[in-house]
Amino acid sequence: MKEQTKILIVDDELVIRESLSDWLCESGYYVEAVENGSKALEKVREIKWDILLVDLKMQGMDGIEVLTEVRKISKDIPIIIITGYPTVDTAVEAMKEGAYDYIIKPFNPEEIDLIIRNIIAHQKLVKENIFLRKELKQRYQFKDIIGKSRVMQDVLALVKTVAVSNSTVLIRGESGTGKEIIARAIHSSSPRDGMPFIAVNCAALPETLLETELFGHEKGAFTGAVSQRKGKFELADKGTIFLDEIGDMTQKTQAHLLRVIEEKEFCRIGGTKPVKVDVRIISATNKNLEQMIEDGSFREDLYYRLNVVSIEAPPLRKRKEDIPLFVEHFLKKYSIENKKDISFIDEDALALLIQHDWQGNVRELENAIERAVVITKKDFISSDELPALIKKKNTNIAKTHDIENANLSLNEIEKEHILHILEIVEWNIKKAAGILKIDRTTLYNKMKKYGIERK
Amino acid sequence: MNFIYVLPFGEIANEKLSFAQKLIEKKFNFICNVLNNQMIPEQAFDSQRQQYLSTHFLLKILESCPENAQKIVGLTTVDLFVPILTFVFGQAQLNGKAAIVSTHRLRQEFYGLPSNDSIFSERLDKEITHELGHTFGMVHCRNSRCAMHFSNSIREIDVKNNEFCEGCEKILKNAMSSEQ
Repeated sequence: MKEQTKILIVDDELVIRESLSDWLCESGYYVEAVENGSKALEKVREIKWDILLVDLKMQGMDGIEVLTEVRKISKDIPIIIITGYPTVDTAVEAMKEGAYDYIIKPFNPEEIDLIIRNIIAHQKLVKENIFLRKELKQRYQFKDIIGKSRVMQDVLALVKTVAVSNSTVLIRGESGTGKEIIARAIHSSSPRDGMPFIAVNCAALPETLLETELFGHEKGAFTGAVSQRKGKFELADKGTIFLDEIGDMTQKTQAHLLRVIEEKEFCRIGGTKPVKVDVRIISATNKNLEQMIEDGSFREDLYYRLNVVSIEAPPLRKRKEDIPLFVEHFLKKYSIENKKDISFIDEDALALLIQHDWQGNVRELENAIERAVVITKKDFISSDELPALIKKKNTNIAKTHDIENANLSLNEIEKEHILHILEIVEWNIKKAAGILKIDRTTLYNKMKKYGIERK
Repeated sequence: MNFIYVLPFGEIANEKLSFAQKLIEKKFNFICNVLNNQMIPEQAFDSQRQQYLSTHFLLKILESCPENAQKIVGLTTVDLFVPILTFVFGQAQLNGKAAIVSTHRLRQEFYGLPSNDSIFSERLDKEITHELGHTFGMVHCRNSRCAMHFSNSIREIDVKNNEFCEGCEKILKNAMSSEQ
């Protein structure tokens, strides 16, 4: 899972391409080498490179021409001009055309290594800056919802459809499944984007405080109400209000909320003057509202008002293909927060994370990764840093991924498990073999035995 | 059963060959044998640079490779280079069989200082460990104390340890178990 720095070498001399490639590969960089400018431009269009090393003197397009053409495709890629024939004129021209640096072959290893490391450090800072700004703004869009699994793709499709309307949405799901993130994505994709998104946790406050929190109060409404205070509904005017844990709302507040939905106005606590608001309501619950209606603790009329569209936030155990993506995201987040440089997790640890059943869902996974980042003394995460509960492997394969038919033979179970793991790692044979704890040859043989092929 | 071999090019003191043999056995858990001296490949010499191209040594090492060789590390006293760098302390096939280490720049005398065998041996230990690490697929490590840290200068060799860090040690163990 380690993100490698990608370096493209452009040099017409084979011995230079090979020598530079070997040396850079030893440092763990991903390297490709091409012999002329046209091939370089093709490569730049295909892949997002982190650094280009371009020879100055080449047949056809020289280094400066390559630099100019690459700049038309990408303004940002750092390009280092390399040459065995340095002149002041070419150095000045290269820098004017936007080269990052101009260095002379053969390089002093210290010099070239420092240049590359400086570029990587600078790019890392830029990425961190973008990441932190986004976190600060808390603007979530579709691309910020982590999920390539089929179930999440279905959720995202529904989010996209429902976002453009004004209908209320009820998001259902276990605790820690990202219901608020889905709500934020709906808001960001709606015409209300740019207007307030106000979240309220209905379980966090007792009834009286919740009423004040939602509807505000007038000065003198109760002891301690020394001035007028706007509630969340007013603050969310023209925007979206997100009512989390709606199942914990008392009957009295439910009635008040129903009036607001139907009449689009309310009075502040202790007030008589109606306040009109234009607010889209998104709510969320991990409770069984239908059961609560039956036993009288949730209003049926409110339920139908809130549940014009229902979205199910799937539990993490039903979307295990997304675990590697979550891990990558949280590694980045907590590395930045803890000022560490931890960018990958080893295969044993990833296997344990995939096998765990995550009762606490994404929140539990996030907590595990944060803890691992804090305690690791290495530059990667291994199983040593994972909580004991996760290391206690789940050996019940049927539980791991919901094999429903308990009458499956051993071969069928093995086949299904192999297929499941291959899908999770996107058919990366090396990773799958690592998770299954078999070598690649054995895995290939089993795939052949069971007729497992990528469709 | 496979072995790691040491292949001297030119005159290398027996005491240093024995030192190399012992450190390899200790760190990599393979029996290590020393092969007979080979001539320094003259076609590797670049008269303009007054240095020897290390790639030629790797080719010679592979030609001399016994069938039961897991890895083979060459030792030479001459100054090595690769075309793009002013010099190298050594070179290795990443995840391959062959590695070469030059003692030329590991000696204090190269820097105009009095000879010091203890310092020389320490540096030799680190560089053999480093280049052999590459043959097991290990890449450069960011930890400046780890034997796999890339050394641009003798200063950086002296700063690092002759052992792998915890992370690299784990990578080596995995590599060795998949090679066996």
